[in-house]
Amino acid sequence: MSLGDVPSIEAVKLTKQFGSFVAVSELNLKIEGAKCVGFLGPNGAGKTTTLKMLTDLIRPSSGEALINGINVHTNKKAALASVAAIIETPEIYPSLTPREALTMIAEYRGVPASEIKKRIEEAVTEVHMNEWIDKRVGKFSKGMKQRICIASAILSDPCILLLDEPTNGLDPRGMSEVREIVKSLKGKKRLVFMSSHLLSEVSEVCDEVAMIDHGKLIVYDTISNVTSKFSGGANMVEVELLRPINPQLVTQKIAKLSNVTSAEQTNDTNLRIRFSGGLDAQEGILSDLVKMNIGIISYRVAASELEDVYLNLIKETV
Amino acid sequence: MISMNETESIGGNKVPSSMAQVGISMKYTFLEYIRSRRFLIMLIITLIIAALLTIIVAWRRPAGFLVSNLGFYSSWWGLSVTFVIILAGIFFGGDAISGEFQNKTGYFGIPNPVRRSSIYIGKWLAAFLAATAIFVLYMVITIANGVYYSATIAGFGTGLPYQFGYSLLFAWIYLAAVMGLAFFFSSMFKSSSISILVTVILLLFGFTLIQELVSDLVGIEPWFILTYGAGIIGNILQSPYPPAKTVTTTPFGHGRTFTTTTFAASVPQGLAIIGIYFIVTTILGLLLFERKEFT
Repeated sequence: MSLGDVPSIEAVKLTKQFGSFVAVSELNLKIEGAKCVGFLGPNGAGKTTTLKMLTDLIRPSSGEALINGINVHTNKKAALASVAAIIETPEIYPSLTPREALTMIAEYRGVPASEIKKRIEEAVTEVHMNEWIDKRVGKFSKGMKQRICIASAILSDPCILLLDEPTNGLDPRGMSEVREIVKSLKGKKRLVFMSSHLLSEVSEVCDEVAMIDHGKLIVYDTISNVTSKFSGGANMVEVELLRPINPQLVTQKIAKLSNVTSAEQTNDTNLRIRFSGGLDAQEGILSDLVKMNIGIISYRVAASELEDVYLNLIKETV
Repeated sequence: MISMNETESIGGNKVPSSMAQVGISMKYTFLEYIRSRRFLIMLIITLIIAALLTIIVAWRRPAGFLVSNLGFYSSWWGLSVTFVIILAGIFFGGDAISGEFQNKTGYFGIPNPVRRSSIYIGKWLAAFLAATAIFVLYMVITIANGVYYSATIAGFGTGLPYQFGYSLLFAWIYLAAVMGLAFFFSSMFKSSSISILVTVILLLFGFTLIQELVSDLVGIEPWFILTYGAGIIGNILQSPYPPAKTVTTTPFGHGRTFTTTTFAASVPQGLAIIGIYFIVTTILGLLLFERKEFT
């Protein structure tokens, strides 16, 4: 596909049965465009099974897994030509070095020979593994191997990334770095579909969320819409400030901004604002806050809000 | 729906043909093999077998080995090379596919725009190449010994007997069949230890046991056993070529006798058995790998 095309991932009545156990049940989900979509659900909900069907690691019992409209199972090569995936925690041949393992992936994916060296070095730099590029993988920790896998996913500049708990096994710094990589991919107009158990991570990097339980899709929408629909009509954002804020400003001005239903100060430099309305309201509040010149360094949908919604929805299906 | 050429990707990438991807799979699997401990261990085992034979023949000077050029190769090569081949097949093919599941290395390679058949064939060729390296080493040591005795024993004969050339070829084809069988069992199981164990039991004991039971006791030609077909590797080095069927009657007192029947596969028959095993097991292994799920 060319850069101008809209990347898409689609599950059409996708079903996977293991004996009598139905892991994924007639899942219908279509994700289109450059964005990051979080894939949430409890253990055994069917997240990894869905991602495996999207990468032909397992076959659907019925239904179709489509990438850019191409059936992954019947035409894997074409379907995965512009997809990179990290499913579970892949292992790399222990006697190979990261340079060799990444060259193998680059060659499989058809990265031009003249660019392979440069792209590998850039990808390895991005995951901070330069020092280890010519050491054998067999001696690496789980986190180091995961970094190499992330490098393998980004080196071919794919238009779609399928990530199964990509920060699994990483230390806090590694997790933060992966989040930054995912954010930068969004900036490059890529479609990222990632499963995660970390709701704060999903809140931070994703635009939309798909929740699945017992193999069935519960909801797919923007994080903002999901939280407003399933948390009594109110959304919540967390605001981080560069400097302490006057408490009176919070209660007298911020709490009275348009669409804001309540505002509270969680500590000197953090606010939690509840509001009604969708993304427009969220954008409007941010705009008003910026005009107040209070030193905003971060503004995001509250993870706890998403967590509440998640727990409510998952509880309802039990 | 986005129209997409099968081989085109984003950012100037062009997914190579499946044939080219076979080469990629082979290159990196071979690199992994020759750097691995298993290659070193197989190398050491081969050198130990060769060293033991070298020492025993040099020290004990058995007549069967040293009576003639052909006798030397028949005794040395004919008796030991199939064992080396089976070990090489087990070492390099025993867990070639099951390891992808058990060690999770498959999760690194499979979710790429590459057919499983390309990965399978590439891995097969890499294993065959690594085993061939061991095979060649053993062949060189055998020839070196043969050349030494040829130069030091009068009437031993000079040069390599042409039958040895045939035997080499048969042995190399047998290596392909053993590798096919090892890959078949490797594709059947997700556990490396189980796939290796089944291959070891069958190749080292199972086939021999069945062959002896069927031929010696029941008197049926074991044309369906791979090791029976592999008999041509040693038989071609015998002059004259052994008869197709030999019945031996052994008296064991009170007028009673015990009859055993020994069969020897002809060269076309042996080649057919080895060839069929190679084709059938390699294809079945590939079909199993195509259907196997990474659950």
